[in-house]
Amino acid sequence: METIFYTLQDFLTHSKGITYLIMGGILVFMPLYWLFLTDRDEKKETY
Amino acid sequence: MEQTSRISLRPLITPFNMILGIIIAMGCIITILRFTGGLAAVTHLDDNNPWGIWIGFDLLCGVALAAGGYTTSAACYIFGLKRFHAAVRPAILTAFLGYALVVLALHYDVGRPWRLPFPIFWQQGTTSLLFEVGLCVFLYLSVLFVEFTPAAFEWLGFSKIRAFIVKLTLVLTILGVVLSTLHQSSLGALYTIVPSKLHPLWYSGYLPVYFFVSSIFAGLSMVIFEGSLAHKYLHHKMDETHIKEAHGVILGFGKSASFIMAGYLAIKIIGLSVDNNWHYLFTDYGAWFLIELIGFVALPSFVYAIGVREKNIRLIQWTSLWTVFGIVLNRFNVSLIAFNWQLSSAERYFPGWMEIAISLFIVAIGIVAYRLATHFLPILHEHPEYQAH
Repeated sequence: METIFYTLQDFLTHSKGITYLIMGGILVFMPLYWLFLTDRDEKKETY
Repeated sequence: MEQTSRISLRPLITPFNMILGIIIAMGCIITILRFTGGLAAVTHLDDNNPWGIWIGFDLLCGVALAAGGYTTSAACYIFGLKRFHAAVRPAILTAFLGYALVVLALHYDVGRPWRLPFPIFWQQGTTSLLFEVGLCVFLYLSVLFVEFTPAAFEWLGFSKIRAFIVKLTLVLTILGVVLSTLHQSSLGALYTIVPSKLHPLWYSGYLPVYFFVSSIFAGLSMVIFEGSLAHKYLHHKMDETHIKEAHGVILGFGKSASFIMAGYLAIKIIGLSVDNNWHYLFTDYGAWFLIELIGFVALPSFVYAIGVREKNIRLIQWTSLWTVFGIVLNRFNVSLIAFNWQLSSAERYFPGWMEIAISLFIVAIGIVAYRLATHFLPILHEHPEYQAH
């Protein structure tokens, strides 16, 4: 299960690559979660 | 005369009060044992485990759950959400009592408690995180005390000094937020010194961020939970404004807690990924980590969201208790359960019954002090001469 890394470069390329993909997912997820949380709120006049 | 005193005493003798009385009496006896026989007489602490439940529960959980003070006052006075005003005084009282009891608990835990003021006044260890935590807790307890005094001054009728303190509200709130940000995160940073002792799933360079972010939703949840108990048992002490604003506070704080918990879950996953710790998830500790993360962060966040969407106050109140348990579990995991994970079970720490009794004693003192304060002071209602609404 555990991937073997021979250099720090390999390790960082792997772990950072996955982290950036996760961060992209979070950037999509968080606004959607906010909409889910607030879509039944009473609408406020913002003009 | 005799009949009158009997009538006034009757409500005091309830099963809950009797349990509190027994815990306090037992705590007093163990206190004598602690300060005459030393730490070894009452604790299971040793060189491998110098920090036990008095740090893991009384200090780490106490500080996190007292975060309601700075979150509520920041929401009301910095973000201008005046609809939460009724929640400020109970939150400040809870925070003040929480921090005061943290300092009381520290007197039991440190070997020479009379030296507690030394790092502040005699010899500053400015490179130590513990010094920063100590200094911030000392300053923040002082700030909370000043923030709390208007209620006492209203009760005592000292209107001039009360008016002066009220003018300082914004400055005190900013100070509170700054000091809380510093020491909530530094409590997590303390554990970055033990990478070989703390299990990799809980150890992270982001520990200070985790402790700070989790303290925000811990504080919000604690305000909801404590408010629910106050509504159930101290309803007669509340005025109309407090009762009217309560649902708005629960819905608003529930919404904030839900979103912040989702953010916390996100940064926990990022921490897992940055350190490439995925393979640990398939171990026993991994299962326990997932129980904490999914069972006590992701699920309560989602249930909070459902409660907010459906305006289900009861669901949000129960979720706040669930979240408080989650915070206690997280602090226990970092300080006790995942700490020294490589040692054999014979060398691991398990608190002695007297340690647990002292922790219950500290909580019992907090409950008694809260009830006394809400009984005499204008905490859950506004003083008729000083109404803000």
